[in-house]
Amino acid sequence: MSKPQASLRTPLGKVRGLGSAKHGAGHFITQRVSAVALIFLVPWFLISLIGAVRGGYDGALAWVADPVNAVLILLAVGASLYHMRLGMQVVVEDYIGKHSTKAVLLILNTFICVALFAITAYAVLKIAIA
Amino acid sequence: MSDWTDTRPMSPHTTIWKWHLTMASSILHRVTGVGNYIGIFLVVAWLFATAVGPDYYEPLSGLIGSIWGQLILFGFTLSVSYHVLNGVRHLFMDAGKGLNPKTGSFLAGLVLVLAVVVAVGIWMLAGLVPGVDPLRLTGQA
Repeated sequence: MSKPQASLRTPLGKVRGLGSAKHGAGHFITQRVSAVALIFLVPWFLISLIGAVRGGYDGALAWVADPVNAVLILLAVGASLYHMRLGMQVVVEDYIGKHSTKAVLLILNTFICVALFAITAYAVLKIAIA
Repeated sequence: MSDWTDTRPMSPHTTIWKWHLTMASSILHRVTGVGNYIGIFLVVAWLFATAVGPDYYEPLSGLIGSIWGQLILFGFTLSVSYHVLNGVRHLFMDAGKGLNPKTGSFLAGLVLVLAVVVAVGIWMLAGLVPGVDPLRLTGQA
């Protein structure tokens, strides 16, 4: 460490990862970009789903099998999972003080969102491509 | 932190604050966000059941059709409706619009009312409200 320190934070503080990780702006922007997408996708999903559930099992199957619906379902659920992972991350960071609990919950949050997407992708692709 | 020893009230001082609309709206946005997190499990379960077959679809459909299922489903509809509408308000606020106290409170109240109207509207369109079926969906299936 020959250079003079540019910041007031100690090297130990940086290593511990407390404070800014320099990713705050990215989180803020992606949360909002996914929000803009969801403003269009969620209303489509709700309105489109209305007809599907009324048709019973065959109606549901036909709804997902439609190529346009299949792509839009993947986009709607995918954007939702992406958006809610970011949102839940902030909730955990705000309310959970204990380091170990926070780490476990943040990892769990990511696992849940990725797993839900895998299930969605399996379901939609199986129906739409079959 | 778990080693917090300061006994003074912590922000946002909910015990001594006077409740106001924008504060309630901010809290509701977070509550409904967490609600939607739970609710999407139902959507994914429904898609999965549809993909696997009637053996999974029918029991799930019956569960959702029960009184408790309908209550949860309406709560989820309301939660999504509020979060999306209030999200639009948030995007306007991010752009620096509607931030003065009067406009802020008005828009927070408007979103609250609209969310209920939209949720009830969706249920009426879906034919989920007994006796109301504007799209005449009951005859299908």
